[in-house]
Amino acid sequence: MNPTVARLTLRGLLGRRRGALLLVAPALLLIVSAIAGRSNGDAHGLTVKILGQLDLGTLTPILGLVIGTGVIATEIDDGSIVYLLAKPLPRWKIVTTKLAVAIGTTWVFAAVPTLLAGLLLYGTRDGVALGYTVAVLVAGAAYSALFLLLGVVTRHAVVAGLAYALVWESLIGNFVQGARTLSVQQWGRAVAEAVAGDAAVGADVSLGAAVPLLLVVTVGASVLASVKLAGLTLAAEE
Amino acid sequence: MATITIDKVSRWFGNVVAVNDITMSIGPGVTGLLGPNGAGKSTLIHMMSGFLAPSSGAVTLDGAPIWRNQQVYRQIGLVPERESVYDHLTGWEFVLANAELHGLPQPGAAARRALDLVEMAYAKDRRTGTYSKGMKQRVKMASALVHDPAVLLLDEPFNGMDPRQRLQLMELLRRFGADGRTVLFSSHILEEVEQLARHIEVVVAGRHAASGDFRRIRRLMTDRPHRYLVRSSDDRRLAAALIADGSTTGIEVDERERALRIEAVNFQGFTTLLPRVAREAGIRLYTVSPADESLESVFSYLVSA
Repeated sequence: MNPTVARLTLRGLLGRRRGALLLVAPALLLIVSAIAGRSNGDAHGLTVKILGQLDLGTLTPILGLVIGTGVIATEIDDGSIVYLLAKPLPRWKIVTTKLAVAIGTTWVFAAVPTLLAGLLLYGTRDGVALGYTVAVLVAGAAYSALFLLLGVVTRHAVVAGLAYALVWESLIGNFVQGARTLSVQQWGRAVAEAVAGDAAVGADVSLGAAVPLLLVVTVGASVLASVKLAGLTLAAEE
Repeated sequence: MATITIDKVSRWFGNVVAVNDITMSIGPGVTGLLGPNGAGKSTLIHMMSGFLAPSSGAVTLDGAPIWRNQQVYRQIGLVPERESVYDHLTGWEFVLANAELHGLPQPGAAARRALDLVEMAYAKDRRTGTYSKGMKQRVKMASALVHDPAVLLLDEPFNGMDPRQRLQLMELLRRFGADGRTVLFSSHILEEVEQLARHIEVVVAGRHAASGDFRRIRRLMTDRPHRYLVRSSDDRRLAAALIADGSTTGIEVDERERALRIEAVNFQGFTTLLPRVAREAGIRLYTVSPADESLESVFSYLVSA
């Protein structure tokens, strides 16, 4: 961790308009949960729908995308990354620091609201609130690493990230059983299931598969991002 | 003392060759990298600052490769062409962050010194987003100087500066050069380069066109044949009077344009000759315009020289 890189990253992330944008997702989740918490329907089914589909399935990957690309892609786009790179600073240190900031921010804006929403919707029963919170913590970390990598390797990180999160995970994952094996969301569910019990969160991937895949993706993305950053090329503007 | 060596370096992007087999060495003092837009100046500076790998050849700083070698930044200060700095930071925060990223023992003192050096201390508490172009350029300079580097690379530093800022920056760079630092800046404006740099490297269309003392390069540029388009009250009589003098080598009567196309060997001689001859012959001059004064034509002459 480099405290200066962390400070610059955090200020860049929260200082611009993006800071306000990040509040939209948790606010939406909490409002929906507060309204749903008052209804007298099938509380468990409603909770699973809101926390599973809206929160874990949609808001968390979007937050991960905004934050994961926000910690580095913005600087690469506007060229200010030069000031970080023209320093005798190991590239992996820059990447791990930025990843730590991304994960921390994702947890604050996604996991904390998930816990609150879970409590509003279903209280502490069956470990549902805890389970989804764990799933969001785990998935949020993996999304951060994945989307940070995208921010380094492509100028179209947001599009690529959206394609992965919405098309692959949500759309294809919905219909094709096998696609769920390669889904950050499912890995998060698997870990949550192990922590909070089967009743709370359903997972289609076994823990034995999810944990190694999570590690490979998170560590692999960080290593690859460091290597790519060390060879970052500035486009000539002439 | 630090020297950047560019040894048989080429760089291509797909089918486009941006830098074509250039060899040069940049030592202490101020060096100007001169060339028209698109000549490959930025590509060269990107390679010298470790942000682009040469496709072939080697770019080294005192023998150490620059590409993928973060340690060179202890000695190199880079002022990039792009304006974006961290807009949400104040000038002070920005320069201080740069000092910290270098791992300097006293980043605060270093940042203060750098801001004083570029005379930006007065605006250090304003956000850089509110700075003018010249101020941004100077705060970028401060960030590049904060670790007291032996080498300073500047990509088109005078772009968008007003004359006063330009003079200030020139003074500053001159001082660094006199201190024994290696200062390299790029520009597409000859006057800018010759005001500041004793030594000039000229690149045109990716090739190394000329190298050396600015006086020699200036002479090459002004002594080339100049072409003019002239319209007068009596073109043929003017042509006859002009060709008698040694400073013109060719005159063509362009019937369609109703003008004379004149090629002069000697710029100085011709510009004093033309009005004198016209006055003596009682001919009125309507148009006198240089036909090839664009920078590109000057440079292309240099390439063939």
